[in-house]
Amino acid sequence: MSVAQLQVARGERVFLQGASGSGKSTLLSLIGGVAVAQEGRLTVLEQDLTQMSAKRRDGFRAEHLGLIFQQFNLIPYLSGLENVLLTGRFAKQRKVTRNEALQRLLELGIDQSLAAKPVTELSIGQQQRVAAARALVGNPELIIADEPTSALDSDTRDTYLALLFEQCKAHGSSLLFVSHDQSLAERFDRTVKVTDVIEWGQA
Amino acid sequence: MKLMTLAWRSLANRKTTSLLTVLSFALGVILLLGVDKVRTEARQSFINTVSGTDLIVGARSGPVNLLLYSVFRIGNATNNISWQSYQELSQSKSVDWAVPISLGDSHKGFRVLGTTTNYFEHIKYGNKQPLRFSEGRAFEGTFDVVLGAEVAHQLGYQLDTPVAIAHGAGKVSFIKHDNLPFQVVGILAPTGTPSDRTLFVKLEGIEAIHVGWNSGSPSASSLKLTHKDFENKTLEPETITATFIGLKSRMAAFHFQRMVNQYREEPLLAIMPALTLQELWQLIGVAEKSLLVVSALVVFSTILGMMITMLSSLQERRREIAILRAVGARPYHIFFLLGLETLVITLAGALLGWLTLYGLLALVAPYLMDMFGFHMALGAPSLKELYILVAIVGASLLMSLIPGWRAYKNSLSDGLMVRV
Repeated sequence: MSVAQLQVARGERVFLQGASGSGKSTLLSLIGGVAVAQEGRLTVLEQDLTQMSAKRRDGFRAEHLGLIFQQFNLIPYLSGLENVLLTGRFAKQRKVTRNEALQRLLELGIDQSLAAKPVTELSIGQQQRVAAARALVGNPELIIADEPTSALDSDTRDTYLALLFEQCKAHGSSLLFVSHDQSLAERFDRTVKVTDVIEWGQA
Repeated sequence: MKLMTLAWRSLANRKTTSLLTVLSFALGVILLLGVDKVRTEARQSFINTVSGTDLIVGARSGPVNLLLYSVFRIGNATNNISWQSYQELSQSKSVDWAVPISLGDSHKGFRVLGTTTNYFEHIKYGNKQPLRFSEGRAFEGTFDVVLGAEVAHQLGYQLDTPVAIAHGAGKVSFIKHDNLPFQVVGILAPTGTPSDRTLFVKLEGIEAIHVGWNSGSPSASSLKLTHKDFENKTLEPETITATFIGLKSRMAAFHFQRMVNQYREEPLLAIMPALTLQELWQLIGVAEKSLLVVSALVVFSTILGMMITMLSSLQERRREIAILRAVGARPYHIFFLLGLETLVITLAGALLGWLTLYGLLALVAPYLMDMFGFHMALGAPSLKELYILVAIVGASLLMSLIPGWRAYKNSLSDGLMVRV
């Protein structure tokens, strides 16, 4: 599999559309710095991930990225707040204070008493908001969201997306939003099809 | 949030498994430390049975045999030594003191030891501690008897209680010297040695109850003897069982021992109790060592069990690990996290086991002393116990490398996107 080209401008909201099995996950692993490209260049925020050691890529992810998954985003034995505070735990620059975490949670509709609860007591929608807060704290340059709304019903999905956009805009984060759901595409600045980015076969 | 907090919360999240692992760890520690403690104490109280005695001389048999019957009052002498030999030996230049003992009779299963007043002065135990009277005094008259602490305690005897001594060493005896009862004049303080289970009388007392017994059973007239018949009579024994000897100089011990072993008048055997005690301990030490090996195996299987639990929990924790990786945790953080969890569990288990053991010992110690005369010194924990605990925790940490390695590999291959 090879990736032809994918560019996301700063502050841009890109919708990456593709069915499961289309190589999305591998692409995200590459951008997230967990997998490493065999050849070519992968530049995220002007830094070439292919030239970094595994350790530096982990550090890069801790400092500059925010990730939101489809579901099971949270460590089950921690509270919402504690989950948010995990961001920055492994980073040097990106430090997250308790107040900042609470503030961000509040902006996403999770008040202090909800944030103190074990995450297993929260609804799926609330869990995804906590996950978004965790990705957004410390103002990362890039948010990668992998089907974060697929487990939500349409009403909660809409509010969720609105909140996510608002937050990204407020803090100047770019958003790479991955989904198979075509109907969401119109809300983004730009839509890219996975099939356009990835070519199967020989590299 | 510190990694330690994460480890702690993760363990708390799996409360039942964590607690069970801690408990099984504690059990292993109790077993291993307990066995080690008992064996150290047993050895100590064993080695401490005689002290201050340079040599024990008895009729020629085996050194261990002589030690067993003279010191531990187990089994019987195959032969006696003559009073004459005893006197010659005790008057030897290098001898400081000699205490004769005569065994062969009993009272309700406890051995009766005929000796001289010197016994209470010279025969010591532990770290040269003398025998102490908790009540009364040493014997003076022919029919005075001094009781070991346990004898008095178990039979409920006090000063002035009359005691009838039975012939032979068995618990049930058909021939009793009850025409000539003894009277309790003293009770010894507990020592944790066989002295606690012994009745002490004068050699003359032993002689008196055996007058007319030359054939091995009492003659009709001897059974009619009373205390009156022995007034103003001196009784000199013909034979004694063994003698404890203290030398003026310990340097002379080997020389004197050789002299006794080559004694021309009759076949004698001299042993140095400290050496023979060691020898005997090595003999029974095999059982004690295998017990230690078994408990070490139990601890090992506990550690193994913990590792298996961790390995099987990894599958359900893949997601959790992927999340940590997503927020930037490096593989070695995952490795440490598992190591910390192991550390918490083993430390808790070790501490719990150790405290429980000491609690149990404190509860059981007086009972052991009562039932078996086995003195269990609680004391401060030894450095050795600390080493054992450190070794257990260390071994567990080493074992945790395996699940740690697995988690590390998983986290690399799973990346951020685990499909659950």
